Amino acid sequence: MAHVKNHDYHILNPSVWPFIGAVSGFAMLFGAVLWMHDNGPWLFFIGLAGVLYTMFSWWSDVVEESMVGDHTPVVRIGLRYGFIFFIMSEVMFFAAWFWSFFKHAMYPMATFSEGQWPPPSIETFDPWHLPLINTLILLCSGAAATWAHHALVHDNNRRDLKMGLIIAIVLGLVFTVFQAYEYMHASFGFAGNIYGANFFMATGFHGAHVIIGTIFLFICLLRVYRGHFTPEKHIGFEAAAWYWHFVDVVWLFLFAAVYIWGG
Amino acid sequence: MADSAIHGHEHEDNRGFFTRWFMSTNHKDIGVLYLVVGGLAGFISVTFTVYMRLELMEPGVQYMCLEGARLLASAEECTPNGHLWNVLITGHGILMMFFVVIPALFGGFGNYFMPLHIGAPDMAFPRLNNLSFWLYVAGTSLAVASVMAPGGNDQLGSGVGWVLYPPLSTTEGGMSMDLAIFAVHVSGASSILGAINIITTFLNMRAPGMTLHKVPLFAWSIFVTAWLILLALPVLAGAITMLLTDRNFGTTFFDPSGGGDPILYQHILWFFGHPEVYIVIVPAFGIISHVISTFSRKPIFGYLPMVYAMVAIGGLGFVVWAHHMYTVGMSLTQQSYFMLATMVIAVPTGVKIFSWIATMWGGSVTFETPMLWAFGFLFLFTVGGVTGIVLSQAGVDRVYHDTYYVVAHFHYVMSLGAVFGIFAGIYYWFTKMTGRAYPEWAGKLHFWTFFIGANITFFPQHFLGRQGMPRRYIDYPEAFATWNYVSSIGAFISFASFLFFIGMIAYSLKFGRKVTTPAYWGDEQTLEWTLPNPPPEHTFEILPTQDQWDKQPHH
Repeated sequence: MAHVKNHDYHILNPSVWPFIGAVSGFAMLFGAVLWMHDNGPWLFFIGLAGVLYTMFSWWSDVVEESMVGDHTPVVRIGLRYGFIFFIMSEVMFFAAWFWSFFKHAMYPMATFSEGQWPPPSIETFDPWHLPLINTLILLCSGAAATWAHHALVHDNNRRDLKMGLIIAIVLGLVFTVFQAYEYMHASFGFAGNIYGANFFMATGFHGAHVIIGTIFLFICLLRVYRGHFTPEKHIGFEAAAWYWHFVDVVWLFLFAAVYIWGG
Repeated sequence: MADSAIHGHEHEDNRGFFTRWFMSTNHKDIGVLYLVVGGLAGFISVTFTVYMRLELMEPGVQYMCLEGARLLASAEECTPNGHLWNVLITGHGILMMFFVVIPALFGGFGNYFMPLHIGAPDMAFPRLNNLSFWLYVAGTSLAVASVMAPGGNDQLGSGVGWVLYPPLSTTEGGMSMDLAIFAVHVSGASSILGAINIITTFLNMRAPGMTLHKVPLFAWSIFVTAWLILLALPVLAGAITMLLTDRNFGTTFFDPSGGGDPILYQHILWFFGHPEVYIVIVPAFGIISHVISTFSRKPIFGYLPMVYAMVAIGGLGFVVWAHHMYTVGMSLTQQSYFMLATMVIAVPTGVKIFSWIATMWGGSVTFETPMLWAFGFLFLFTVGGVTGIVLSQAGVDRVYHDTYYVVAHFHYVMSLGAVFGIFAGIYYWFTKMTGRAYPEWAGKLHFWTFFIGANITFFPQHFLGRQGMPRRYIDYPEAFATWNYVSSIGAFISFASFLFFIGMIAYSLKFGRKVTTPAYWGDEQTLEWTLPNPPPEHTFEILPTQDQWDKQPHH
């Protein structure tokens, strides 16, 4: 009687990944502190490897569980909820960087900024060159992801699904390359000035999210080639698409606020 | 069902120690782990304070000497070691805020009893739940490492205060500060993942028929807390990342020489910090509601207002942050706004206090140990709330800011409010979690010694604050000697009481009387009382039916 189960929730078997992941995370961050204080990067990279290995194994398990049918409709609702809340926490993380940006842009300090924004000694980017192109690239990428989503949901069109995903991924990569190009041509530095600090940390964290989102979409593409995802059941892909749109929206705010209004 | 319980126990025994406690995907086991590690971190944090109160017992510095920290005063020369003092106040604050109270209330009781209250077989993401726990352990380890790592003033540890204000935190030397920053990052990630899990579980896994307005108040309190964590902690993560880059990579977020602004940090920190206060206290509200209802033998008075008071407190908590920083030079308009908004919070809080009192009104009230703690909570939390109203006045705060009055105020709400909530929960559910009873006399002795000790510790601090004694100092002039002496005596009584508590728990776990009655307090309103003591590994494999939990008249 102990294992009679009359509900559709997912009761998981014990798993070692959380423990290994947390130990690796500890090693990674302890190693980062050692590295920042000139004691070599080794512990950091060992920890990082552990974290990446944990992510790979853990999510492989999730895909496996999905394949054997553990993700019932109610579990799928839960997974969607969970991902939406994760994105909400990400939004609040960006709130901190926008807060710093808007504070300094609206109330520039007398020191260094000389009461002006952008600070007079800073030469900013022209928003209507590369940043505008990048905006269009990212929006097109988002549209391609949505196209792929529709192809999957409405008529399980695998060809369009693959095509949409490939376009979204390639455009994401192009965005990252352009952003790196822009960084290399910045006339202001990261250290020593508030403009650079705000600019690089806000767009940098966005860039990190673009890279993560691109990897997420790429994993989805691999899964499509393996025949995963059906029109009814494709949580992993849905989460990747939501994440990608979130990254899009953050960029629109960055473009409007940091590049146009504050540039 | 008795049969299923027995099978459950057998199954539990089959799991190896490592599998059960290190690879757990079981909300009850993870809850227990949280409580145990939270207790451990609490013990470390409490020993810090006892040592600090020892130092403050008499004017002059007798124990924290540069020649070496002492446990006994001696006639030898003693050069004050202010750094050690600062490290201890920082360690105490960070540990209590991030590694003791949230893990115990939200992680421990939240994990264990929220799913039981809503009749869910487990959390929505059981494996993620374990990641939350182990990240919490990783964070605690980083925090403890920070205290022992090379820090400022060529000594060990960081002495910057738990709020980590720049420029102190950006100029503190050594690795210690960076370890503390990462400790807070990791504990934040742990709490955010926990919050995602709790919110999803609450929304998606309630028993059939349990609409939102029928969910027990403790589950509601955990749900509201989860929202506060989800929306406040990421902002803190951003702020301390700025500290990290300012320290290590030359950015100038908080450095005016590069156009940065140290006050910005205070704003972002307190935007997190004030919701944090409610993250700490709201789960205690939930526990107290159940305890008062149980020992008054009445359903809670005003269930719906109680729910929406918590929601209102949570919402308002996000728009009052700058009352922590009246003295930084804000405009009068800003100060007026934050004053007004802060005082508004007294309204939903009052709704809760009066509803608890109204629950007892006309009930047949008895004073078993959990009820004593709930009573203590009501009294002390109200005292802390009232001094909070005093401090919310920007004009009055000019005088009280950074004095012992503030220390007294927030220890009444946190140390006495939240911690009394934790103890109420422990005594209320101890038998449910362990299957054994604690000796009632011992629980009462623990309560009275702690109640008296804590009040002797913190009440005189109001007087010290009014006399003008600033907080965070290792030494003070003769004029403040009397009440500091009294306060220290209180701290020793509280510590003795805490040690007695640990001993009693150890005794009860081993030799406590076995209790098999599921509803041993005579209360059957919530679902945990339908389960054996302790509950089997898997609960509600057959989902509970509405008649098992819907005992309330309709709202």
